[in-house]
Amino acid sequence: MARMKFLCDADRCIECNACVTACKNEHEVPWGINRRRVVTLNDGKPSERSISMACMHCTDAPCAAVCPVNCFFTTADAVVLHSKDLCIGCGYCFYACPFGAPQYPRVGNFGSRGKMDKCTYCAGGPEADLTTAEYEKYGSNRLAEGKLPLCAEMCSTKALLAGDGEIIAQIYKERVVKRGYGSGAWGWKTAYRETVAI
Amino acid sequence: MLTKRKSGEASRGKLQSFASGLASGVIDRRSFLRQSGLAVGGLAAAGSIQLGAVRKARAAGTAVSGPQVQIKKNICTHCSVGCTVTAEVVNGVWVGQEPSWDSPINRGTHCAKGAAIRELVHSERRLKYPVKLVDGQWQRVSWDQAINEIGDKLLDIRQKYGADSAYWLGSAKYTNEAAYLLRKFGAFWGTNSVDHQARICHSTTVAGVANTWGYGAQTNSYNDIRNAKTMIIMGGNPAEAHPISMQHVLSGKEINRANMIVIDPRFTRTAAHATEYVRLRSGTDIPLVWGILWHIFQNGWEDKEFIRQRVYGMEDVRKEVAKWTPDEVERVTGVPGEQLKRVAYLFSHEKPATVIWCMGATQHTVGTANVRALCILALATGNVGKPGTGANIFRGHTNVQGATDLGLDISTLPLYYGLVEGAWRHWARVWDVSYDWLQSRFDEVPAKAGRPARTRKQNMEAPGITSTRWFDGVNLPEDQVDQKANIKAMMVFGHGGNTVTRIPEAVEGVNKLELLVVADPHPTSFATMGNRKDGVYLLPICTSLEMDGSRTASNRSLQWGEQIVKPAFESKNDYEFLYLLAKKLGFAEELFKNIKVENNVPVPEDILREINRGGWSTGYCGQSPERLKAHMRNQHKFDLVTLRAPKDDPEVGGDYYGLPWPCWGKPEIRHPGTHILYNTNLHVKEGGGAFRARFGVERNGQTLLAEDSYPVGSELTDGYPEITFGILKKLGWDKDLTPDELATIQRIGGNNVDAVSWAIDLSGGIQRVCLERGVMHYGNGKARANAWNLPDPIPVHREPIYSPKPELVAKYPTRPDERQFRIPNNGFTVQKAAVDKNIARSFPIILSSGRLVEYEGGGEETRSNPWLAELQQDMFVEINPADAAERGIKDGAWVWVLGPENNAKTKVKALVTERVGKGVAWMPFHFAGWYQGEDHRSRYPAGTDPVVLGESVNTVTTYGFDPVTGMQETKVTLCQIQAA
Repeated sequence: MARMKFLCDADRCIECNACVTACKNEHEVPWGINRRRVVTLNDGKPSERSISMACMHCTDAPCAAVCPVNCFFTTADAVVLHSKDLCIGCGYCFYACPFGAPQYPRVGNFGSRGKMDKCTYCAGGPEADLTTAEYEKYGSNRLAEGKLPLCAEMCSTKALLAGDGEIIAQIYKERVVKRGYGSGAWGWKTAYRETVAI
Repeated sequence: MLTKRKSGEASRGKLQSFASGLASGVIDRRSFLRQSGLAVGGLAAAGSIQLGAVRKARAAGTAVSGPQVQIKKNICTHCSVGCTVTAEVVNGVWVGQEPSWDSPINRGTHCAKGAAIRELVHSERRLKYPVKLVDGQWQRVSWDQAINEIGDKLLDIRQKYGADSAYWLGSAKYTNEAAYLLRKFGAFWGTNSVDHQARICHSTTVAGVANTWGYGAQTNSYNDIRNAKTMIIMGGNPAEAHPISMQHVLSGKEINRANMIVIDPRFTRTAAHATEYVRLRSGTDIPLVWGILWHIFQNGWEDKEFIRQRVYGMEDVRKEVAKWTPDEVERVTGVPGEQLKRVAYLFSHEKPATVIWCMGATQHTVGTANVRALCILALATGNVGKPGTGANIFRGHTNVQGATDLGLDISTLPLYYGLVEGAWRHWARVWDVSYDWLQSRFDEVPAKAGRPARTRKQNMEAPGITSTRWFDGVNLPEDQVDQKANIKAMMVFGHGGNTVTRIPEAVEGVNKLELLVVADPHPTSFATMGNRKDGVYLLPICTSLEMDGSRTASNRSLQWGEQIVKPAFESKNDYEFLYLLAKKLGFAEELFKNIKVENNVPVPEDILREINRGGWSTGYCGQSPERLKAHMRNQHKFDLVTLRAPKDDPEVGGDYYGLPWPCWGKPEIRHPGTHILYNTNLHVKEGGGAFRARFGVERNGQTLLAEDSYPVGSELTDGYPEITFGILKKLGWDKDLTPDELATIQRIGGNNVDAVSWAIDLSGGIQRVCLERGVMHYGNGKARANAWNLPDPIPVHREPIYSPKPELVAKYPTRPDERQFRIPNNGFTVQKAAVDKNIARSFPIILSSGRLVEYEGGGEETRSNPWLAELQQDMFVEINPADAAERGIKDGAWVWVLGPENNAKTKVKALVTERVGKGVAWMPFHFAGWYQGEDHRSRYPAGTDPVVLGESVNTVTTYGFDPVTGMQETKVTLCQIQAA
């Protein structure tokens, strides 16, 4: 089975936010919930770089380690998913996550959190694949349709890559060798405990 | 711990299961997540939810048991890159969007707007039915009533004030067919005041480029930039304005290790990826380009052989450039000589090199001259007419190129024929109506303030009023406006009101009108400007995603978009609306004489066929609807870099993608289109060409025809003029014409058959014969470094009207006051007054404006899209930390930005950033709905207010117009900023 990963090539990312709206479009994610976002460092300065961020689907995911109700699980494709039926909206995973991925809808008048929502790698949730129940809670399941996450598929400059970790690392390596520069596979060390060596 | 094995087996389940949900009438896509409990705080915060789209989805689903997923392809309606949109449709509902892998232009990708485009069609904030303003309240009316009342009022205005009193403001989001139809409509109504957004984006490009080498368009393509070894991006921010173009730009940069030089007053998101960034003072583009050329000429780095063969008047440029020593360039532009020497070296040595520009070059009082200077830079270094070179002009909307080509322009009939009698007679023949009848539709104009009267014929040949100054046409005293009467009615089609400078005066104009009609999917800022109590109609028009038709991308490729879903709510498409209005106004029969109309909807294929029959001048003759549809079916066959399909393909063999114009001759001769303009390295039948010989054969004893340069395989091996029937006879080639072709030419020519040119020969015979012999029928001329017919034949620096350096104004003043396009352009007086009053002291900050990636144009459509609106919720001004510190302004705080005219002010948030230099501020131009600190949300018809409102930058922008096209100055004015 493939080990699915995300890789954002910061030398290509132009902060166009296509990944963000593609995600909204694919899963009808409501206002206020951002499964993916683009972060710009040194905005407006010569070293400005942007990175598209979402759940990185970590190896030994810290969210899973802290979850008091064990709602997380890892699929055979190494995608980290969770069960909204089990989630109690405690917010521990938000504190544990190094990427700020978990999102919580506000319910009620006192800022209380609803069930956690995050990037599913377009792979749905624990329900049977491609069912209405799955779609209602987690959005669409492109992986089950043989497709990759829409954010990466629609990335304007092909900065955001998704797919088997080895293949996307190879694409990135070839790119860096060809152009002669690369600021590295951002977040890989934290998420996957490895880097792309060039 | 939960476990679940994903089989990884591909299936097409999602939509089927979704669709079965539809069929059972219990669920639709929009409500999926709402039911999951996610939406509780979210959408409620975004505004009230209306269930129009939801109900429609249910209704569509109930009758079907096993719904099928249909794939429909259309073109993104936002920028001009021309991304294919692939839609999944179930039961007439657009349920999903998939990457368009097959398109050689976007290859699956989108920007934020393209990836969110499905929402435009579903949008709960669209105008759902016609409304009119009665005693200050919006009242629902039927389409019949609206058309009747609007028609009666228009006829009344025509009767009282004349045809020129109605202004027809078209749209760059129109399909080609709709754009052509509106221009034709204007001609049949009897006015030339038919304009669209090209006026405010690239009108100066079209004028500058066409006057240099023949055609007003991008010479190469987005894809071809992959071939460049050096690119200068000057006055453009494609990372935000044309994100998909960056795929090609960055790939080229990486593959060729190309130099990417960004020249801009603002350190843009594009500049963040540059190999060299040059920060210049806004409005000093010409000194900067001359500063580069100074080094090129000084060191002999120009391409002397290219200039000898193919350029006229470079010596005159040399004289002007000699004045721009590195010291003077630095004094005026702020850029050090050493940096420009480096840029000059790269551009002239690491070739092929291309120059890319956008509205930073064009939106100036010297816009046309800016564009000309950039063209001259390309000519001097031989960087035109080859892969990887050229003027890669990134245009604005989906179809701004096509709408310009098809004549939504006050100074020409479709396809740049102009307004001269020959042009009217050509189109009268194509339209199959009498020239005299067309003439009778126009007004006679009385003499005013000592200026002569105009006959109907003269008025028919006089350009209209520019869209940048429609409100001057309303507000100015009658004796200042050279038409029968001032403008009384604005007919606005798909066009925002906040993209034009001097909004306080536009507000006054809106108030004075007798009739304002907005035909658009959204109310637009026009609907909320001013304090009108009546006389406003808003008509729901569908987006172009809901209709068939072709669009021309910036690279001149035509793409056929198919209707994805039927027009939502009560909206109608542009074709139907124009038909119903023409019927009411009494000229539908003439207007649609050769165009089939089905259930009140004119057939777009038929409109395109009529365009083909008349579009000889620009090569819009070969792109039949059948060929364009074949291209959409075979998108995957076109090469990524050359855009060409393999020669042996049965349907599209040898064609360039989208048959980029010019695509010569009748469709049957299968010209492949022209990927790269003026390319002498290809046979003309393969898309080759030469510079156009449209300015005569000789000037001051020097030839204007090419010397020792000609397209490959040509039987004429030197320069030659435009080919007419007379020249064909001299060459003995008239014998190649078929009897039918000859008969047509004779019929057109009457007593003067020899004068029938390649551009008005409706048989296509002259083009066909020339192509067979490898000859370019439009002639083989030289490009003009000296364009003697323009106000500044050689571009010269002129300070902005509101210059931050008043001491430079005496040496570099703007042009003298002059009357242009029926009204006065008093730039000189305004500039002088600004210097005399020392405006630069009380308004010390340069104000410029531009685009954000999330929004487009006036922004009503994109600000109504919650997926986009969430990403940019506030109007803001970028201000340098030093300027902010001086004023006690903190990042994120409210500030007032004050303008030097009309006591204008805007209340916006401060974004303190080094992106702008000290003494420079920048604001995006997509916002509207607030005016001088007041929130006007309540002025929208209920439920149609965009999610995000904000102040318009153009409330504080100022006077200043290009003398050639009436382009407005949006990039340099002065302002003051205060904490609010």
